[in-house]
Amino acid sequence: MTTILLLLQYTLIFASVLSLVALGGCYSEHSGVINIGLEGIMVMGALGGALVMRFFPQLTGMTMVFAAMLGAMIFGVIYSVLLAFSAVNLQADQTIVGTAMNMLGLALATVIVKAINMAENPNNVSSTMVYVNQKKNFIIRFGAFEFNWFMLIAVIILIIAFIVLYKTKFGLRLQACGEHPQAAASVGIDVYKMRWSGVLISGMLGGLGGLVYILAGVSEWKFENGVAGFGFLAMAVMIFGQYKPLRIGVSALLFGFFRALGSVYTGFDFLVALQLPSTVYNMLPYIVCLVILAFTSKNSHAPKADGIPYDKSSR
Amino acid sequence: MKSKKNWLRNDGIQALICSLICILIGVIIGYLVLLLINPSGAGEAILAILKNWMNASSSPLRLKNLGQTLVYMSPLLLCSLSVLFAYKVGLFNIGCSGQYTAGMTVALYAALAWHCNWIVCLILAVIAGAVVGAISGALKAYRNVSEVISGIMLNWILLYVANMVLANVKEPASTYTLKLAQNAPQAILPSLGIEKLFNNFQYATIAILIAIAMAFVVWVVLEKTKLGYELKATGLNKNAAKYAGMKENSNIILTMAISGALAGLAAACLYLTGITQWSTGSTSVPGMGFNGIAAAFLGGLNPIGTIISSYFIQHITLGGTAINLSVYPSQVADLMSAIIIYLCGFVAFFKLILNKWLDKKEAKKGEQ
Repeated sequence: MTTILLLLQYTLIFASVLSLVALGGCYSEHSGVINIGLEGIMVMGALGGALVMRFFPQLTGMTMVFAAMLGAMIFGVIYSVLLAFSAVNLQADQTIVGTAMNMLGLALATVIVKAINMAENPNNVSSTMVYVNQKKNFIIRFGAFEFNWFMLIAVIILIIAFIVLYKTKFGLRLQACGEHPQAAASVGIDVYKMRWSGVLISGMLGGLGGLVYILAGVSEWKFENGVAGFGFLAMAVMIFGQYKPLRIGVSALLFGFFRALGSVYTGFDFLVALQLPSTVYNMLPYIVCLVILAFTSKNSHAPKADGIPYDKSSR
Repeated sequence: MKSKKNWLRNDGIQALICSLICILIGVIIGYLVLLLINPSGAGEAILAILKNWMNASSSPLRLKNLGQTLVYMSPLLLCSLSVLFAYKVGLFNIGCSGQYTAGMTVALYAALAWHCNWIVCLILAVIAGAVVGAISGALKAYRNVSEVISGIMLNWILLYVANMVLANVKEPASTYTLKLAQNAPQAILPSLGIEKLFNNFQYATIAILIAIAMAFVVWVVLEKTKLGYELKATGLNKNAAKYAGMKENSNIILTMAISGALAGLAAACLYLTGITQWSTGSTSVPGMGFNGIAAAFLGGLNPIGTIISSYFIQHITLGGTAINLSVYPSQVADLMSAIIIYLCGFVAFFKLILNKWLDKKEAKKGEQ
């Protein structure tokens, strides 16, 4: 019973990470910019949240939750400017820029954390941040089940995303820019502005997802390790979710389940009896992702102008 | 009137200028970061990164350090060729790291468990890389899965496969794989006297020659053969290539297989020198493949240019370990390479500005 609760807890928290980041990607791609840099954005967001936890340890309860969220989102938004500026204004190659952002996020976060650690204690050259006490603010225990506020926040953001994308003027205009920017421009929509907002929102949600990821199972984080391909798993969730918020929520649960299995499989007797090495469970989410994509990518649901730079002068 | 073409119009010159601009900005930002961390030693640190082996106190030591830089450059060059080859065919091989890991796993396992000699190990590594690359290619060709996502997923899958497989040939007391020199001397790449050039630096082997030779082979295949032409045509327009009678799906798979083979070869060229061991406790994908992306773009996507750019990237990466590590993190060098790739995304934009400026200048001349 405890193991099943634990599995549920891990599934929900990893699904929250994946759905937040995938929704971020969803805004960006609906506006017409492919955001491969989600992984780097997550690392920077995690850094923002971790810095808040480190330098304001006196905050308690919901104040801490919101302060850390704010830190993560601000870092994510600022970092995503790198993509918005280059992809929208300079029409740069979005794949190269995104890849560079992933490498840069990892290097930058490592350098910053190491510099902070070294300034405090010259013998501490690790890139690890510890937040054991701060983490308690994010969690409420129900017996064996650890409820994390972000599980609720992820659901709220999912509902908001659904309403924004389908029921508001902004959302519909955003989608028009990803489907046919020239047509959108012809009815007076500022495509550049729309694409900027799409990318910045993806930075906000990606950064938040990064914070949730480092709070998921552990109470310290080694920034050298980055976020283990979660940004890309989130992209897979988005593609499998056909770029639609509610489907993204469901596919995040599915992927989250397989990721959670890797953390708790030792609690299930029948899984232990299989005597598979632990690395098999580590691989599982990535293998499942490949198999699912192989069966669902044939009919692409990507916005039509996704990844194509928009040039005002060419119609 | 015969107009003389401005030398700045030359594609190669423009690519070189763009790369130099990227490097310059990258170095400046790296310096600023060092200044922010600790102003007093920043100048010394950036010089240490840029000088790398030239920093050593004595000339034999300098030669040894140069040899070390070249030993690590060879796999980087092969990885960048792998990225470049796929990119010329319109595919972004971010899975290079995974193919590299596959090659490494097979090469080390064949050497340590089956006691194969170096030729067999090398060939097996190439095949392993090619197979992993071909999986990405087949998923792209037949199932419409983006090679970027399948590449990343395969990177992580192969990382864990490597840890699982190589756990059988690791040192009992540590997580590292057994040393080749003691356990499988037959699998170490021959040196053919190259080590003499670097003050008997034993790890300097034919790997350096293989890597540089492959740069020329890739150039010839892409520019001078029918195969290269067909592959590039497929990359430019899949449907047009199909209309012209080319097999577009098998071309995509073949491209990814060749790209993967180069990555597998890269791993063999590093691990079969015995200079380093794999830790079966690794939790992150080897960065060699990602740095290969940097080198490929910095080299202006030209196989010969990548020889210079991959030397440069390896030069600053090893330079990064030479700075005062109790004050500065060595990742400052990674930061610089990442900024350089980011700027490489703007190469088209730089060229556009340059050409506009040249047009303006010529128009003015015409008026006079």
